[in-house]
Amino acid sequence: MSRLLRWGRPALIVAVLAFGAVFPLVYTNALTTTYAIDTLIFVGGVVAWNMFSGYSGYISLGHAVFFGAGAYTVGLLALHHKVLGSTAFWLLPLGGIAGAVIAVPFGLIALRARRHTFVVITIAVFFIFQLMAFNLAFTYGNGGVSTPFASWDPATYNNPYYYAALVIAVGAIALSWLIRGSRFGLQLLAIRDDEDRARGLGVRAMRVKLAAFVLSAFVTGVVGGLWVLFIGQALPETAFNPAYDLSVALMGFLGGFGTLWGPVLGALILEPLQQEITQRYTSGYAGEIVLGGLFLLVILFLPRGLLPTGQEWVTKLGAWRDRRGRPRRDSGTAAPGPAVAGAGAGAAAGAAERPGAGGAR
Amino acid sequence: MARSLYEAIIDGVLGGGVYALMAVGLTLIFGVLDIINIAQGILVVLAAYLSYVLSVHLHIDLFLGLLVTVPAMFLVGVTIQVLFMRPLRGRERVSMSLLASYAVAIILEGVLYAVFGPGTVQLNAWYVTKGVQVLGGPQPYYLPYIYLFGFGLAVLLVGVIYVVLYRTQFGRSVRATMQDQTAARLIGIDVGRVAAVTFGIGVAVTAVGGMVFGSLNAFNANSGYDLISRLLAIIILGGLGSIGGALAAAVFMITVESVVDIWSPSWSVVVFYAALILVLTVKPTGLFGKREARAQ
Repeated sequence: MSRLLRWGRPALIVAVLAFGAVFPLVYTNALTTTYAIDTLIFVGGVVAWNMFSGYSGYISLGHAVFFGAGAYTVGLLALHHKVLGSTAFWLLPLGGIAGAVIAVPFGLIALRARRHTFVVITIAVFFIFQLMAFNLAFTYGNGGVSTPFASWDPATYNNPYYYAALVIAVGAIALSWLIRGSRFGLQLLAIRDDEDRARGLGVRAMRVKLAAFVLSAFVTGVVGGLWVLFIGQALPETAFNPAYDLSVALMGFLGGFGTLWGPVLGALILEPLQQEITQRYTSGYAGEIVLGGLFLLVILFLPRGLLPTGQEWVTKLGAWRDRRGRPRRDSGTAAPGPAVAGAGAGAAAGAAERPGAGGAR
Repeated sequence: MARSLYEAIIDGVLGGGVYALMAVGLTLIFGVLDIINIAQGILVVLAAYLSYVLSVHLHIDLFLGLLVTVPAMFLVGVTIQVLFMRPLRGRERVSMSLLASYAVAIILEGVLYAVFGPGTVQLNAWYVTKGVQVLGGPQPYYLPYIYLFGFGLAVLLVGVIYVVLYRTQFGRSVRATMQDQTAARLIGIDVGRVAAVTFGIGVAVTAVGGMVFGSLNAFNANSGYDLISRLLAIIILGGLGSIGGALAAAVFMITVESVVDIWSPSWSVVVFYAALILVLTVKPTGLFGKREARAQ
């Protein structure tokens, strides 16, 4: 069992990566790969959101600003310079930079406020940007921006996008993992637990929050850039989409807010579901009702998300087996990952109160 | 120039009064429950549709219809609080409640869209089309009666809320709960009931807001976003939980928007939010807000 825990995680990651790499070769159906690309785009988006909101506890409902900024930057550059095919992927970092540049003043204003006020400011900034996309001359107003079509073989047209999305998603997860294990990440988690105490202990809160905000914005901008290349068109209401903010938050909370893998899980479950609903009921409102209903169910019954709740159940099961007196082979060796596993129900209760601090990774 | 400065200011102040009423509901809910009800915008639209159904299908006058829609919206508010807000517990309660009300908002939006379709409608009555002449001269300006009636009703209701809060036993319980929930519970206040009733009152005012909004603007299920973003800007500008701040901010913001609208209709809304951000860079707690307490 302990060996399983030690080797299980890397083995699982390798297996998932391998599956991801061969996926478009096995499932060649264009609709399937389209679903897969959308899902990977959201994996990148939600991991980016989580590396700021999840780790710092500041819930942003304005990340669509960075998504849209990345989309418009890449879209406009591709349009004006006639960038075609896989060359266009080199524009993606510029989309990220656009997001990051916007995030600096945005963060400097918004991060001075906390809790509700922060959330509301992010919403207000979001609406300003959507209105600007509608009204400014260079964004072409209602008509939006269309990127030139790549002249790829229709049979494998989706594949380059798929691999680009996979690389971005994996890169985002790797960045999130690096942050979570670093001193910087610990400072973020300390801010989430108690900002004033963290400041008292010498964390430069504003600097740390802003850095996380900008990093998160950069990744979101890259994701938005890829999205516009894939979809081929950015409209003010689709690039700066309030549903994006909500979807990302929902995926994060469903999987496990502030954990490393929870948001990935949330995106992998929700995005295909949403695509399927949209596909089946062509009108948008059915998807909205389902999204909202799911959200309420998650908040009411799984407030800590699938991953932390699952780990808690595993721990409880272990404690129950301990009480039954059945010997557990791995009770002595400490499991490296979830620190709460193997400990009693008391530790689980402690972790329940402070999800950011302990186990769930 | 399509409209004169006077017209813009009159429109802004009167329209601002109606926004003030909706914003007072929102800020009241925040003060007592520590929840920002993102669904407030779509609830205004829901109320407007209720008025629409009553007036078009049952031929009930809009103001008379309020006798039905106000209690109906009160019940909607209590239901939302009891079903979705009350069960929330623990560390992330604040963010969870925000997201839960957002979820309620998009469900309502979807339902309204499914029932009424994407087309816009507008409420109609004699006082919507007829007006009183305010300015003489070469460009006479007619102010629709609904502006005056709506403003009057809004002022009246804000006054009622004020009296209830400061002159009744229930109001004392509400203010005690606003100050310190634990202490309020200890001196025997039924905090759960206060929370439910406050949420109900905060939502009930959308019945009036929705009726006036629906008379002045063509609306559909999408109008909720526009409303809630304005209301949020207003209560943040006024300082969260401050009723007087909400009143002042509503009149100020809607007037500014209305005046900028003379020169550039497409940018007036941006100016609206820019004003908010400008104030927040100077004073992060809003105009009349108190310093925010330690998180949680």
